[in-house]
Amino acid sequence: MIKIWSMKKENAGVNKNKPKVSAGQIRVQKDLTELDLPKTMKMTFPVPEDLLNFELDISPDEGFYAGGTFRFSFAVNGNYPHDAPSVKCLQKIYHPNIQADGKICLNILREDWKPVLTLNSVMVGLQYLLLEPNADDPLNKEAAEDLRSNRTNFANNVRKSINGGSVNGVQYDNVLSK
Amino acid sequence: MTDTQAITDNKRWAGVYKLLDRNSRIHPEFEPQEEIKEFIKSCKILVIGAGGLGCEILKNLALSGFCDIHVIDMDTIDVSNLNRQFLFRRADVGKPKAVTAAEFVNRRVQGVEVTPHYCKIQDKDEDFYSEFALIICGLDSIEARRWINATLVGMRDEDNPDSIKPLIDGGKPTGFPLCTIANTPRLPEHCIEWASVIEWSNRHGDRKMDTDDPKDIQWLYETALTRAEQYNIQGVTYSLTQGVVKNIIPAIAATNAIVAASCCNEALKIATTCAKNLNNYMMYSGNDSVYTYTFEHQRKDDCPVCSNSSTRLDFSGDKTLEDFMEYLKEKPDVQLKKPSFSLAGKPLYMQAPKPLEEAMRPNLSKTLNELFSSGSELTITDSTLPFSLQTIVTFV
Repeated sequence: MIKIWSMKKENAGVNKNKPKVSAGQIRVQKDLTELDLPKTMKMTFPVPEDLLNFELDISPDEGFYAGGTFRFSFAVNGNYPHDAPSVKCLQKIYHPNIQADGKICLNILREDWKPVLTLNSVMVGLQYLLLEPNADDPLNKEAAEDLRSNRTNFANNVRKSINGGSVNGVQYDNVLSK
Repeated sequence: MTDTQAITDNKRWAGVYKLLDRNSRIHPEFEPQEEIKEFIKSCKILVIGAGGLGCEILKNLALSGFCDIHVIDMDTIDVSNLNRQFLFRRADVGKPKAVTAAEFVNRRVQGVEVTPHYCKIQDKDEDFYSEFALIICGLDSIEARRWINATLVGMRDEDNPDSIKPLIDGGKPTGFPLCTIANTPRLPEHCIEWASVIEWSNRHGDRKMDTDDPKDIQWLYETALTRAEQYNIQGVTYSLTQGVVKNIIPAIAATNAIVAASCCNEALKIATTCAKNLNNYMMYSGNDSVYTYTFEHQRKDDCPVCSNSSTRLDFSGDKTLEDFMEYLKEKPDVQLKKPSFSLAGKPLYMQAPKPLEEAMRPNLSKTLNELFSSGSELTITDSTLPFSLQTIVTFV
């Protein structure tokens, strides 16, 4: 230490503030280029220079939500991959695990996030949520109850909602794929 | 400095000065110098965590001659901390740990100044961490330890020796393997962990458990008790529940003292070079009498944290980014397949996803001169590399 310290004295004035790339930025660059997106997903970058903020469209080809295109925003912070990316649904949709304001209940975005997971894992997780809504872990309790008690009725309500109709007096966004 | 101060200083640190004023037969390279004594008084040292380990570490450092100590902790004092976090008293419950610990040491050891930081380690930036000569961690959160490790590694700049920050990481194991908790509970602690780790989020969703709320503890206790009955396990009690979820049981005061003492011993050795350092991992196990062993943790070649040191490349600035890319694909020691490039976090060319590739494609036909200046450090990633290449490109 004392040696490092005296070397420092000799080197005083050496440029200290080289722009450094954070480990998070490198990980995002690597994650993005190694994405393995299925046909049902499409990404858009509002600002191409900004790798940390982007959007993802998922158009499920089966399940309750087939026919709709669902848009999610991703914001990756400087602590990634120690922190999970923050993901929101940009439309108001009728889904047991997605709140009207876009909040999503997906374990790997919260308590089960681990730095070894990637953006790809999150995207696959989101698609899974659209294919298999989970009534046990609800954010929209009414939708969860609906799914649990009567799947046919739930399926009808989802149909209505993605066409821009209302369910239980709440109006949802029209998300039918153009 | 006046004579009387000098005398009290010499008296106060007499024990430490015995190590610093004499030659060592075991470590003949060490030469006593006044400068070394001044150095430990003036260098800034950071303690991360003011809990069980942190209290011990702060006390040890203050009594070892370190006079400019900083401590960072985001927690407040809980009544259950008082059995081992000895810088805190009952009247301190609810106050920030960092502030209270700093006040205690400042009051008790004259001439030492402890500066508290009541916040998360992630709230501080590289400028903050670069002020310190040495950092000691006494944390139980693996995530926080990973974070500080990656941050310090990221700060390293080979041209500036001052940017190298030794990290001494003290820790104690906590918790049980998840599979045991979920499938084969054998101890009352397993049932309590199951209630708090697995059942809590199933029942309460996103609501955070408040371990200071008797209602939450009561719920955990009852849930753990039901599970214990299913598996015929005796011994789940309310106070054990409190102990397990607040992590009190494994943190015996003596273990903290031993781990903290080893950390501070290393800190003094690194700062003064008065003895050889431990190389580089020591584990103490108190379960079966007193047992310690030391071994060298080796560096992993493809470590995602520390392997990305910069390499240097010479290339013509008049050639295009595409030429540069072809060169990297053919260069025998790299042989990249589909490299992507960025500069200080801004992408230059990305192979995927498609919209990005399209937006960046025009850059491929630009010359390097147009894109960046000679001596810039590019970040290159490729599917063939488990890590990234930091490459300084000099134009020739």
